Amino acid sequence: MKIGISSNGFHFESGIDKRFARCTCFVFYDSETGSIEFLPNPHQHLESDAGKKIAELMVQKGVSKVIAGDFGVKIKPLMDLNQIQMIVYQDDKITIKEIIDQLNHYYKP
Amino acid sequence: MSPRKLIPRKISSPPKIKGFKPYGVSEDLEKSEVITLQFEEFEAIKLCDYDQLNHCNAASVMNISRPTFTRIYAIARQKMAKAMVDGLQISIEGGKIYFDSDWFQCSSCPSIFDHPGQNEDPEVCPVCGCKNLKKYSPEIKSAPLDRHCHKKEKRV
Repeated sequence: MKIGISSNGFHFESGIDKRFARCTCFVFYDSETGSIEFLPNPHQHLESDAGKKIAELMVQKGVSKVIAGDFGVKIKPLMDLNQIQMIVYQDDKITIKEIIDQLNHYYKP
Repeated sequence: MSPRKLIPRKISSPPKIKGFKPYGVSEDLEKSEVITLQFEEFEAIKLCDYDQLNHCNAASVMNISRPTFTRIYAIARQKMAKAMVDGLQISIEGGKIYFDSDWFQCSSCPSIFDHPGQNEDPEVCPVCGCKNLKKYSPEIKSAPLDRHCHKKEKRV
């Protein structure tokens, strides 16, 4: 299972982004292999419908859960349609490394 | 001019099956036409004929206006009738919809999450695996379900 995390930077010390579709970078975590992929958000500066493009990207990547600091109002129907679980992480201070440690702890005991 | 944007329709839960196939047909099923019943049309049939709500209440459940609901319902019946009379397959898919899922809050980490497409409540937090969950209720509440018709309100 793959988990997409929105990040405000390109390294492990970056924090989780408050935006989802317009975040700086996506981190894809694969719970089966433990692999991590950083992907700069290709639709960050899109004027409109960034959510739609991101939903397509998530489906293409086979993501089943997404984590972000917050989500926009238009993203929920798109995520629901593709049965992607949305997780709002209400702590801006947490780094990508810490969140991946938590996921690793849970999915790879 | 571009057409008006569709308001997403609220669906309580996805249908248990993906569609219907007729039986006793002589022709090859693979070649025959498939009727696509959209999720919102399925939901309209479910609310109106299975749950026996009136159009007003069903419309407020789906978070759309009464005329829109009636239109969706009419299309749904038309499609089902066509499938039955012509002996066609029905496939339930598509439509501009969102699922009405509850939000849950984990007690050991600051995460709030939903559980799309499932009828049962989640058991563990998807981030930390903690089993101590509670339902999250945001301050802004959605419109009450038993909203009356605007027309009726005016008459009173």
